[in-house]
Amino acid sequence: MSTYSTNEFKNGLKIMLDSDPCSIIENEFVKPGKGQAFNRVKIRNLKTGRVVERTFKSGDSVEGADVVDVEMQYLYSDGEFWYFMSPETYEQLGADKTAVGDSAKWLKEQALCLVTLWNGVPLSVEPPVHVVLKVAETDPGLRGDTSGGGGKPATLETGAVVRVPLFINVGDSLKVNTQTGEYIARAKE
Amino acid sequence: MRGRAALLAQVRTFFTGRGYLEVETPVLGRSGAADAQLAQFALSDPVYGSLYLQTSPEYTMKRLLASGSGSIFQITKAFRQGEVGRFHNPEFTLVEWYGVGYDHRRLIEEACTLIGRLIPSLEPGARLVSFRQAFRDLLGIDPIEDPMDLLQECAHTRLPSTRGLVLDDRDALLDLLMSHAVAPFFPSHGLTVITDYPASQAALARINPQGLADRFEIYCGALELANGFHEETRRDEYAARFAAEARKRRARGLPAIAQNEHLLAALALGDLPDCAGCALGFDRVLMLATDAAHINEVLAFPTEHT
Repeated sequence: MSTYSTNEFKNGLKIMLDSDPCSIIENEFVKPGKGQAFNRVKIRNLKTGRVVERTFKSGDSVEGADVVDVEMQYLYSDGEFWYFMSPETYEQLGADKTAVGDSAKWLKEQALCLVTLWNGVPLSVEPPVHVVLKVAETDPGLRGDTSGGGGKPATLETGAVVRVPLFINVGDSLKVNTQTGEYIARAKE
Repeated sequence: MRGRAALLAQVRTFFTGRGYLEVETPVLGRSGAADAQLAQFALSDPVYGSLYLQTSPEYTMKRLLASGSGSIFQITKAFRQGEVGRFHNPEFTLVEWYGVGYDHRRLIEEACTLIGRLIPSLEPGARLVSFRQAFRDLLGIDPIEDPMDLLQECAHTRLPSTRGLVLDDRDALLDLLMSHAVAPFFPSHGLTVITDYPASQAALARINPQGLADRFEIYCGALELANGFHEETRRDEYAARFAAEARKRRARGLPAIAQNEHLLAALALGDLPDCAGCALGFDRVLMLATDAAHINEVLAFPTEHT
């Protein structure tokens, strides 16, 4: 595996820290004019999502992490694994619960997701920012109320619960932002 | 750009008004700085072989002082390898000056007056704190007397980010604590002057009777703006300190730097006159004067874009 010197540090660089793959999110060069130089780095642990701060002596080396982001199509889940396929190589991979995490509630068959692989194994899954999902369950719609004021919870076909306007009915297709978890609009059939 | 021009003009007015002579010394030289903490750009030339871009104009300005120049100042470019960041560019502008007959106390006053004029938004005056007191106040340790294991423990408990970092060099450890745990607590809108450095960090400053270096650093918040000395004047002491830095370089596997024989020869003819000298990071002053968040904002063409 490659190693990186602190001189090569930049945002987005993937390195190994305490045996976990991490991504650099901030790198600050600190050097007293007449003294030792340091790199003070904010690092996201790609397994846990936690951000930690680390200080390195400038010039020190760290091991790189074999982490790549690939676009893959979500196929199905058997409850234990969520299966994805590369639209280019047709290679299939199963991601476990830790990797899929909260993204599971947005995953609909065929959706193109960003799968982060560490040594070829899925580390995390990011659903598309906007998805169109059907309402599986909600209180009956109030005809005529298009104001959008108030709102009510609706459970979508993938299990996610979002707040929707009162006029939404079971079976409606909704466009939703997966990053904020917010309803955007009713989608055309 | 306009801010830079105005500030440069102010610097010149300030020094010429105080009787300083503006000088110009080479940025390219056949010998480099002894300092083991500075990585210099080495170039090759068909006639001279190795040439170096200066990391500061200190040695050449001291040769002028030794030959009787009187008080001098210079606005010049300096170059340091691998220094890139919010407050660093490998090529930068230094204002460096030497007041003959000055001691460091008088020079601190002068430097703070200059900085105050260049950055009018700063709170007037400066807070003077000794290196030892600053560490005592903020960390409860004595950086001069306390044993290494106590300093290491302090670093690891105060700075969780240093987990796994080997800190076996006392000066590197003090640099870490100063830059990560002490300086960040200096008031952000005024000047803090740190004085009386440990002798191991004297560089070319005089060692006073208390065994501490008559060296000072001027900070604005955690940002280091200037470094100055009541200058050591004796040739033998220069030779000894150059040799010590050369040993450090060897121990760290760094390239050897040709000793500055010219400076030593100049000092052999007569000691440096009693003087104090200071180097001010001009780009950083400009950053503060223009409220810039990154040094690249005050450079016409940061190295990254050349």
